Amino acid sequence: MISLAGRDILHHWTKYVFTGVGLGLLIGVTLSMAGIYRGMVDDAQVLLRSSAADIWVVQQETLGPYAEPSSVRDDAYRALLGMPGVADAANVTYLTMQIRQGERDVRVMAVGFEPGRSGEPPFLVAGRGVERSHYEVVADVRTGFRLGERIRIRRQEYEVVGLTRRMVSSSGDPMVFLPLKDAQEAQFLKDNDAIVNERARTVANPGLNRPGVPGLLDALLASQTSSRSVNAVLVKVASGHDAERVAGNIRRWKHLEAYTWRQMEDILVSKLIETSARQIATFLVILAIVSAAIVSFIIYTMTLGKVRELAVLKLIGTRNRTIAAMILQQSLGLGLIGFVIGKTVATLWAPYFPKYVLLLPGDAVRGLAATMVVCAIASLVAIRVALKVDPATAIGG
Amino acid sequence: MDAPAIEVRGLGKRYGEGDAAVDALKGVDMTIAPGEVVGLIGPSGSGKSTLLKCLGAVIEPTKGFMALGGVPVFDGGWKIRDLRGLRRDSIGFVFQAPYLIPFLDVTDNIALLPMLAGKPNREARRMAVELLEALDVGHRAKASPAELSGGEQQRVAIARALVNRPPIVLADEPTAPLDSERALNVVRILNRMAEQYRTAIIVVTHDEKIIPTFRRIYRIRDGRTYEEAGEGRAA
Repeated sequence: MISLAGRDILHHWTKYVFTGVGLGLLIGVTLSMAGIYRGMVDDAQVLLRSSAADIWVVQQETLGPYAEPSSVRDDAYRALLGMPGVADAANVTYLTMQIRQGERDVRVMAVGFEPGRSGEPPFLVAGRGVERSHYEVVADVRTGFRLGERIRIRRQEYEVVGLTRRMVSSSGDPMVFLPLKDAQEAQFLKDNDAIVNERARTVANPGLNRPGVPGLLDALLASQTSSRSVNAVLVKVASGHDAERVAGNIRRWKHLEAYTWRQMEDILVSKLIETSARQIATFLVILAIVSAAIVSFIIYTMTLGKVRELAVLKLIGTRNRTIAAMILQQSLGLGLIGFVIGKTVATLWAPYFPKYVLLLPGDAVRGLAATMVVCAIASLVAIRVALKVDPATAIGG
Repeated sequence: MDAPAIEVRGLGKRYGEGDAAVDALKGVDMTIAPGEVVGLIGPSGSGKSTLLKCLGAVIEPTKGFMALGGVPVFDGGWKIRDLRGLRRDSIGFVFQAPYLIPFLDVTDNIALLPMLAGKPNREARRMAVELLEALDVGHRAKASPAELSGGEQQRVAIARALVNRPPIVLADEPTAPLDSERALNVVRILNRMAEQYRTAIIVVTHDEKIIPTFRRIYRIRDGRTYEEAGEGRAA
């Protein structure tokens, strides 16, 4: 038996291809949306991997340092190092900011780290790591910074000495790694005018400026210009110890919040991007409905366009299931053409998205299955119309 | 002696019910032998198309008896359950317009019927090409229907009607869109095919050019048929 659907598609191939292109672009957008969601999840996991920590110690009763602000004294790590099961503890700061580069602003996450400890960039693709205590940075290539370029962060200028790749925040902003002291200053230090004002207020306060207590005022003023806070302490657990148990001990004895990898992943993936994920899911549902409506309309009009041929086919003895299969195959064929075009364009335009778009083969397979299901459903109205065609209409009168 | 290809007695068809009921056929009697070509003529609304649809097992008569190829098909009710199969295997149709399937080439338009009947593709195409040769359109076997002239399209439609060697062919004004020469040519072909395949052919027509070619005519008026002798002129 010849394929009636295949012959009809070949006969009207221009109509099919153009409809397929339109549908394909829609499917391409759908796949890209799924890719954007996957990219967000991957960004979150990249952030966790790049931290190279087993436990994140943050301010009590916060979901810090990524989902909520967190402030921890920068000497807290000493106490953590003395706890059983803690192999290493390193201070880190995170600050999302805009850095001016020529005529444009680059949005980055500035990460303060201690070289050789958790939190440093795990690998470089060019240049070297931060070796000096101040004014050197390693930047993700997506910042657009070049080796040797000088960038300004707050009041200081920094030299880009190394480049890394796929180091991004949970929002997809590329990271810039700088020495911890510089990062603390950039994050917590007030500007000069604010410091002058604060000093004046302190000097004018009789409770703090006591003539009978020498050194008190100087100590207070010094504390106002130095920063003793970090956003989190990254803890590595010694081998043979359970991260959950170590985190529990930190929570109990140090009055700090401690999250294991699994808990932090849950915060980043489930909580931080939950709204975005729901937004994308809603958009995907709408796109699926729009795609179904388009396919349904096209197949329906094409079926209406051959009512006479269908009547003849029925009159000469073509079975209903043959006619239904023809329309179903045409709809699936249209979906297949659309999917191939959609997958191709989604792959081609993915690198041009400002945020990371991760197209997983599994998602493509699921997308193909969903497309086929949508097209099968979309063909039902046309099949119903075709089966109701009266063979008697082929005979005049 | 062969059984009649078509035997119809007291066939009636009523549309609607109660006061709105209309008797399109009131009692049709008709007997056509294998290989015979008869004309069915009558004014518009006389019941020609209704009779054709009943004979084609497309609509169900209300009363009477009908046998096709010696097999009772209707006797107060359908005697055969697979009407689709009956139409496919036992009845050929030629329409006013050829109604060829535009997305199939000429050969496959014809071969589709034997394929639907379960014949292998190769065998079905061989049967189609053989018939196309017999109808002098073998050279258009690979053409698309849109590439054919009106006369060629009608010959292909006749080939489609005959390919399964049905005992009867119902032709609904097959010469309407054709000029005199082509119309008479179609009649010649129908006569030749009827003789060659022993197929009974009923030609519904208004066409004054071809009416004189029939040896026998059924005139239909107010839902009843009246048999009369035709001139039987050579087409």
